[in-house]
Amino acid sequence: MSQSNGTPMLAMRGISKSFPGVKALSDVTFTVGRGEIHGLLGENGAGKSTLMKILSGVYSPDAGDILYDGAAVTIASPHHAQQMGIVTIYQEFTLVPSLTIAENVFIGREPGMAGGAFMSWGKLREQTRAILQSLNIDIDPMTPVSALSVAEQQMVEIARALSMQSKLIVMDEPTSALSESEVQQLLGICRDLKAKGISIIFITHHLEEVIHLCDRLTVLRDGQNAGGAAVEDITIDGIIQMMVGRSASDLFKRTTAYATDEVVMRVNGLTTAKNINHLTATALHDVSFEVRRGEILGIAGLVGAGRTEIARAVFGADKFIGGTVEFMGQPVTIHSPLDAIQLGIGLVPEDRKQQALFLSLATRENLTITALGKMVRWLNFVRFDAERALVERYRQALNIRMFSPEQTIGNLSGGNQQKVVIARWLAMEPKLLIVDEPTRGIDVAAKAEVHQLLDELASRGIAIVMISSELPEIIAMSDRVITIREGRLTGQFTRAEITEERLMGAMALAMVTA
Amino acid sequence: MNNNRIDPVRLLGQFAPVIFLVVLVLIFYSLNPRFLLPLNIWNVLRQVSITGLIAIGMTFVILTAGIDLSVGSLLAVSALICADVYKGGQFFTRITGLDISALGGNVALAATIAISIGILGGLLQGTAITRLGVPAFVVTLGGLSVFRGAALQYSNGGPISTFDEAYNFWGQGKVFGDVPVPVILFILFAILAHIILRYTRYGRHVYAIGGNPEAARLSGLNVRRLTLSVYVIVGFFAGLGGFILSSRLNSSEAVAGAGYELTVIASVVIGGTSLFGGRGSVLGTVVGSVLIGVLNNGLVLNNVSSYVQQIVIGIIIVLAVAFDQFIKSRQKR
Repeated sequence: MSQSNGTPMLAMRGISKSFPGVKALSDVTFTVGRGEIHGLLGENGAGKSTLMKILSGVYSPDAGDILYDGAAVTIASPHHAQQMGIVTIYQEFTLVPSLTIAENVFIGREPGMAGGAFMSWGKLREQTRAILQSLNIDIDPMTPVSALSVAEQQMVEIARALSMQSKLIVMDEPTSALSESEVQQLLGICRDLKAKGISIIFITHHLEEVIHLCDRLTVLRDGQNAGGAAVEDITIDGIIQMMVGRSASDLFKRTTAYATDEVVMRVNGLTTAKNINHLTATALHDVSFEVRRGEILGIAGLVGAGRTEIARAVFGADKFIGGTVEFMGQPVTIHSPLDAIQLGIGLVPEDRKQQALFLSLATRENLTITALGKMVRWLNFVRFDAERALVERYRQALNIRMFSPEQTIGNLSGGNQQKVVIARWLAMEPKLLIVDEPTRGIDVAAKAEVHQLLDELASRGIAIVMISSELPEIIAMSDRVITIREGRLTGQFTRAEITEERLMGAMALAMVTA
Repeated sequence: MNNNRIDPVRLLGQFAPVIFLVVLVLIFYSLNPRFLLPLNIWNVLRQVSITGLIAIGMTFVILTAGIDLSVGSLLAVSALICADVYKGGQFFTRITGLDISALGGNVALAATIAISIGILGGLLQGTAITRLGVPAFVVTLGGLSVFRGAALQYSNGGPISTFDEAYNFWGQGKVFGDVPVPVILFILFAILAHIILRYTRYGRHVYAIGGNPEAARLSGLNVRRLTLSVYVIVGFFAGLGGFILSSRLNSSEAVAGAGYELTVIASVVIGGTSLFGGRGSVLGTVVGSVLIGVLNNGLVLNNVSSYVQQIVIGIIIVLAVAFDQFIKSRQKR
């Protein structure tokens, strides 16, 4: 129904893009018809974001060409992309909360008066109102964005895209922070846009949305085309088949399971409130699980499902309003990370730069921050010999590559930074280590090293909770997996029961029992 | 152990203030050889010793990415109350009705009172910052006004003057021949603070919470208590500075220390401590303090007006922060 009228809106052909050490895209072809809603699918790291960043002018491709609206184009910058009518709505909104809807919609392009010297509030309001009406949204354009819900803010982003006369809108995981009814409203708006002849690229992990909304879809896997189809010709199972089935050859293979029966931590009915400071965070409802000595427990879920929130609540970084935690058989209360650390829990957080590293300090100081209390003499003077010996020990044990322990941590590679963060916790000899996206942003070889390290830690009797958005990682490493969706537990799988199809089902659909 | 590969940019960042100071000294010396006479050197150091002491405390605060604008006012309150107690507590008695004349004439007690007032001021402000969640800039901007008002109220706007030799020794005295006592105190406290920041766990934690408070919290550091502590430390130095200034001038005045916050913050920033936290040192602050003293003194010796001195110092502050930004951009990956 969408392909009929002549040339496609967008044709990207033979696109390749490499980053140092990583081939992100290789010979990818991607075509979107006029007035078509096109689903772009793939696991994390499959290349979706890179492809969309090329389309929006953030990266330039190493090879390949782009036909847009029938003409060959070079997209030089995000601004250039917008001028051509290609607008991307990112997961993290780019609105200014203190300004009104109208100001945000026309930011940088405010309608002027007196020859453009002054901004015309009247025109600004009327033009914004007209756009909102065309989207069937009934909000006063003069409302400050900070007063809006996440869903409403997203509408403002869409209104801004419309105000730019865009012909192609990219929506990156637009539904991940929305409630069920808000999702329905968004899907309705997408259909309206389509009726206006606007093409939409819809990136999502939620496969039902693809089936309900999209006309066609393209699946990427490991930076290559893994397939594409019209939606009426394919089933959810078929889509999953295309997404998975990647070769696991470069992944570390675990050979032995070290899990014992001794429960290290048991979490019962964990419930958290919606965090008003963190609108994208998901509230948890009645999450229960346990992890044993020597076991690697995988927590799988889509972006925004509540994986990280589990880690933060258990570690005392966020408050929880319901639920109990038992540690080594004793009921415990954990009010702060310090409480958790004193029990013997470590957390390797999801965002290394923001949450783990002290970029202004040396590698040595970053590594010993948690164990420093054990390396002091009277008046808490640091025993530098002990400190240096500790750094040297972990440098060898974990094969951390650095010129010198005095080197600023920011100058290490991502993989080596991650090893330093892990070493930080090993230095305090934890009983439980929670690792959140342990291999995010690190290269393939370092990935295997981190996996081998986690396996070794399990063999030494440490209980490990591993959160990951990469299914192959979850599958390769976990003795047991729990899946979570919208803050609720949706499944539990033993190693024998784990398949990528089952996990994907439990993550993306309703409750599944294995 | 392979210790010989050290980041050159980091090194340059550390030594830039020293290099600048040396260049400045050489320039002033070539313009006027009297500049390096011992008497003039001690003079320069004595002039910067009080703001220098407070700058040591301010280094702790700025290392945590905080700021304290109230130090000049806090200094004035401390100086007044300590001078009053030393002289028999005339104003204290007027306010409280208690007779404390028996406590007069005790230098150690007077100094302790000055320091205690400073610590109390730091505790109050630190508590407001960590518990009420008000930014340090705002809390201490309030403190700047509150403490100044308190000082004026305490002595009814007037000075408390004329002490005996025992009291005035701490601001005017000399030891080892020509070395002014305040300079000795400045050097001793600088060494102590340097040791604390470089060689103790506490010092490491100060750097850590300034570098990345979220990572510090997730590493089990008590970020609140650490933050509170640095305001107590700067309060300690403001109180001590109040006592020394009172002794140096043979008088405590309610308007004493006005504008000190700017000199103090300038000393720290010129010394290479990052306003964004996590990077810097007390040695840098000492260099920064001396640099400001050298600039003032050298310009005076060359008959440059004090108005122009202010212009020069202002420009140097901006250049120092621009340099800091440059270092930061080089460290980011």
